[in-house]
Amino acid sequence: MGLVLIVILVLIAIAVFGVIGIYNSLVGLRQTVRNAWSQIDVQLKRRYDLIPNLVETVKGYAKHERETLEQVVQARNAAVSAQGVQQQAQAENALTGALRQLFALSERYPDLKANQNFLALQEELATTENRISFARQHYNDSTATYNTRVQSFPANILAGMFNFTSEPFFEIEDAAQREAPKVQF
Amino acid sequence: MATTFNTLIAANRRKSTWLVIGFLVLFMITVYAFAVFLIGDDPRSGIGPAILALLVGGLVALLSYYKGGNLVLAMSRAKEIKKENDPQLWNVVEELSIAGGLPMPRIYLIDDTALNAFATGRDPQHAAVAITKGLRSQLERAELQGVLAHELSHVRNYDIRYSMLLAVMVGLLVLLADVFRRWLWWGGGRRRSRRSGEGGGGGMAIIAVVAIVLSIIAPLLAKLIQLAASREREYLADASAVELTRYPEGLASALEKLGKDKEVLEVANRATEHLYIVSPFKPFEARAKGMLSTHPPLADRIHRLRALEGSGPPR
Repeated sequence: MGLVLIVILVLIAIAVFGVIGIYNSLVGLRQTVRNAWSQIDVQLKRRYDLIPNLVETVKGYAKHERETLEQVVQARNAAVSAQGVQQQAQAENALTGALRQLFALSERYPDLKANQNFLALQEELATTENRISFARQHYNDSTATYNTRVQSFPANILAGMFNFTSEPFFEIEDAAQREAPKVQF
Repeated sequence: MATTFNTLIAANRRKSTWLVIGFLVLFMITVYAFAVFLIGDDPRSGIGPAILALLVGGLVALLSYYKGGNLVLAMSRAKEIKKENDPQLWNVVEELSIAGGLPMPRIYLIDDTALNAFATGRDPQHAAVAITKGLRSQLERAELQGVLAHELSHVRNYDIRYSMLLAVMVGLLVLLADVFRRWLWWGGGRRRSRRSGEGGGGGMAIIAVVAIVLSIIAPLLAKLIQLAASREREYLADASAVELTRYPEGLASALEKLGKDKEVLEVANRATEHLYIVSPFKPFEARAKGMLSTHPPLADRIHRLRALEGSGPPR
């Protein structure tokens, strides 16, 4: 009698600890996904902040390129005010394209290319582009881990009970856009 | 992906614990043996010193754990840098920490023209990466990214903890054995001749035996250091680096440059050799074919990286 009771209690204890462990791991993984998502926003904002500075620097050297500069500013403002994931993705890609054009154009201005401030900005923008795509990559990696956990047994039972749902992946629709948003200098 | 990383982390933590235990036991036995031989024939006379050794050893282990990273960096004469000193290097490291979801490690430069890099620290929150000025100046951005991704992979899977403890604690044991051996050869011999009338000859003979045993153990321990950083660890870090950058060619071409460099890195020694991305003692390609090498042959690492090319999504 006593032995049976002890066995039952031990089994209950194991089950309780198992549930706590799974629950905590789900919370931890979901938190990682959320952090990864907010990191993307941080890096996008970093890019918005760099652009006015860049435009000012280029303006001094390439006065005749007002059109390209305006395109960059417009693309930036559109990206800042974009609503929803879809629109945001489009605006960000337009901005990447406009920036690429701006840097291609700088080839024609040797003085500009030798400017220390411009070189520093070039590096900052290159790193920002990398940061954005790395942040997206990290978001997708951690989402994959989290989703696998949510969908596999036995965590899926708890996930259902406590409302842990799969997160969407960050996807770029157009194949051309999928190609590295890398700024080449 | 996450499961493999968690398995690696767990394995490295476990190995680190066993390393500390092994170090304490070895240290205690050594001190006990010395004490018994020095104080007298009673085996109990060694217990006190052995307990003292446990305390001292524990202190050394704690110091290795909390200060080992700084010690390794100081030994390699690495200087910490800030973003203003080298924005591109700083940016590359920060990008990669974002890719791996890691905190930003400290960055160090080693003032040497030899090409090399390493990472150390006890966990990702207390990690540091170090790169020689020679390597820094020779690499393109993508190559730099590959090398640092390799180092951050060591950080991410806790290789750094194990190799740091190994460098500091086993390095210390080797050093002690070396010092003792020299003392016995020179100072010890003189002392014995002065005290020859006291009849301590028997004890000294035993110490001499112990010393000889120790001097055999010391190089063996050094080999242990080298073996612990198994080739597998380096291959794994290469593969994980590609998982971060999704660009195998960056690291492959950096390794090619590292392979061409024949310069010896003076600040590296037998205790820290296994930390580096390529063996700091060159030429090492010939030795790498031997069983007891810390690093796999570079040509093979490059070949494996190039085989990954095009297998992942373009970025």
